[in-house]
Amino acid sequence: MIRAQLPALLVVVPLLAAPVIVLARRAALAWALALAASWSSFAIAIALFLQVRAAGVVSYAMGSWPPPWGIEYRIDALGAFVLVLVAGMGAVVAPYMRRSAAAEVPGERLYLFYAMYMLCLAGLLGIVATGDAFNLFVFLEIASLSTYVLIALGRDRRSLLAAFQYLIMGTIGATFYVIGVGLLYLMTGTLNIADMAARLPAVTETRPLVAAAAFVTVGISLKLALFPLHFWLPNAYTYAPSAVTAFLAATATKVSVYVLLRYFFTIFGASPAFAEVPFQEALLALSAIAIVTASLVAVYQPDMKRMLAYSSVAQIGYITLGIAMANRAGLTGAIVHLFNHGITKGALFLLLGGVAMRAGRASFDCLAGLGRAMPLTSFGIVIGGLSLIGIPGTAGFVSKWYLVLGAIERGEWWLAVLVVGSSLIAVAYVWRFVEAAYLQPPGPASPRPGEAPLALLVPAWLLVGACVWFGLSTSFNVGGAATAGQLLLGAR
Amino acid sequence: MSAGAVGGHYAYWVTVFLMVAGLYIVVARGNLVKKLIGLSIFQTSVYLLYIGPGKLIGGTAPIVAEGFRVYSNPLPHVLILTAIVVGVATLALGLALVVRIREAYGTIEEDEILDRDREPRGGE
Repeated sequence: MIRAQLPALLVVVPLLAAPVIVLARRAALAWALALAASWSSFAIAIALFLQVRAAGVVSYAMGSWPPPWGIEYRIDALGAFVLVLVAGMGAVVAPYMRRSAAAEVPGERLYLFYAMYMLCLAGLLGIVATGDAFNLFVFLEIASLSTYVLIALGRDRRSLLAAFQYLIMGTIGATFYVIGVGLLYLMTGTLNIADMAARLPAVTETRPLVAAAAFVTVGISLKLALFPLHFWLPNAYTYAPSAVTAFLAATATKVSVYVLLRYFFTIFGASPAFAEVPFQEALLALSAIAIVTASLVAVYQPDMKRMLAYSSVAQIGYITLGIAMANRAGLTGAIVHLFNHGITKGALFLLLGGVAMRAGRASFDCLAGLGRAMPLTSFGIVIGGLSLIGIPGTAGFVSKWYLVLGAIERGEWWLAVLVVGSSLIAVAYVWRFVEAAYLQPPGPASPRPGEAPLALLVPAWLLVGACVWFGLSTSFNVGGAATAGQLLLGAR
Repeated sequence: MSAGAVGGHYAYWVTVFLMVAGLYIVVARGNLVKKLIGLSIFQTSVYLLYIGPGKLIGGTAPIVAEGFRVYSNPLPHVLILTAIVVGVATLALGLALVVRIREAYGTIEEDEILDRDREPRGGE
């Protein structure tokens, strides 16, 4: 019986955990509740993944109102794959938070911090689980509003301005999305995503559909920080508490990518209106620019957290590049990279959180001689960096391999050259860390020898291990992504 | 749609005006509170975008009874109730952040805030 309720429980558990945590108030109790909720969400996500693999699509009628009238939760191969990533990151970051958040967030606000974390997790899981376009907007706002609060809880006062700027940009993005949904609702009379996809080809008046596609694309691109709509991201990632940065970098933008995939392939894929305007070509061009410029900007950042934030903008460029290729290998590459980049960036930001705890911040002058002061942390960052570059044997290699295959399948060699060539820029920024940590003597700002606490190291190294594991054994990530990609292309 | 007279579609014109005006305020004003006001106007325009087409002239609430033939679609209203709640939450959070920014910086003008972070401070 409980098996049938899993799609609802997935979202309800963290959503209810939030008010319970506010009532609990005590930091240790709040953390234990958040840990329990995030782990049970992860267990549910895995159970759903197995269900979807066996049954194809899991559909759940919320409150027993049958779709398309009621809100439907609909989880297919793509949704289940993204759910495992989001819930998995939630489960890994939660144990890390106890020490890390206690060091960075004022003690009397800790319970609010955990409550917001739960709301954010519930929102992100809801976006992926729901099959209703307007319900998706509500979850998007739940996730976004809690994210603004989480960022504003950073130590530096600049985190306040970063959160405010993200609030403005994020709200504009979400409102653009809701304008697009409104136009689609006007033309089709339905909000259920599957129903909408079935009705769209019959709509003859295509101009509102083109407008809807444009509004949704721009709105979601703001959320996923597609170049040139990425200006909120570097500040938000730099000044947020370490655990929050790791969680957001691994999940928030990835969930937005999921929404973009949903609209590009499941909804608009079947409509002739979508072919009238060159969306794919525009996305291709912007992705290519993002990869090159954001990587170059990353090389010159004085702060490692900020450097990785710019690197995120570039890596999101790889994902959207695969989406724009719109062929089987490219799409597989995009979805695999969504997962691989999630765990890689998650690992790097978690390790940097350890450095920030020992040294106070993560600018490059603090990293001098880190290889000797914090050997485990430094070695983990190097492995994560190798995965960012895409060295064979790491997860990053697998996704770039498929992206290159996608470029060759399209016959566009310059794209293959771009993917490989831009990895060289990644070598440059990862090398900056290697040089500081292993070749420079410790400076006055460097932390004294001593590792980060185990509570920080174990979750971080779990993800570092995942970077290597998913680079060598690709049956889960490539298998899941290939199935999802095939599903999306089949819908066109 | 062929009767595309300006008068017949005035609700859309109002919507578009509010949308563009709100967005302009967000971009053009440096005062954080004014930015939030612009953001609210922008969000409000979307309420109209949904509500406008849901209204039928002479339509009533959806009542299943003798004498009620034409009814307006109630779904947009319900959707917009949700959107209003989201808008209120966003505005409240935005204003709370402005209060914190004012406490930390002593100003709510964006240029001055950026200037104050550029000044070298102890420990930075």
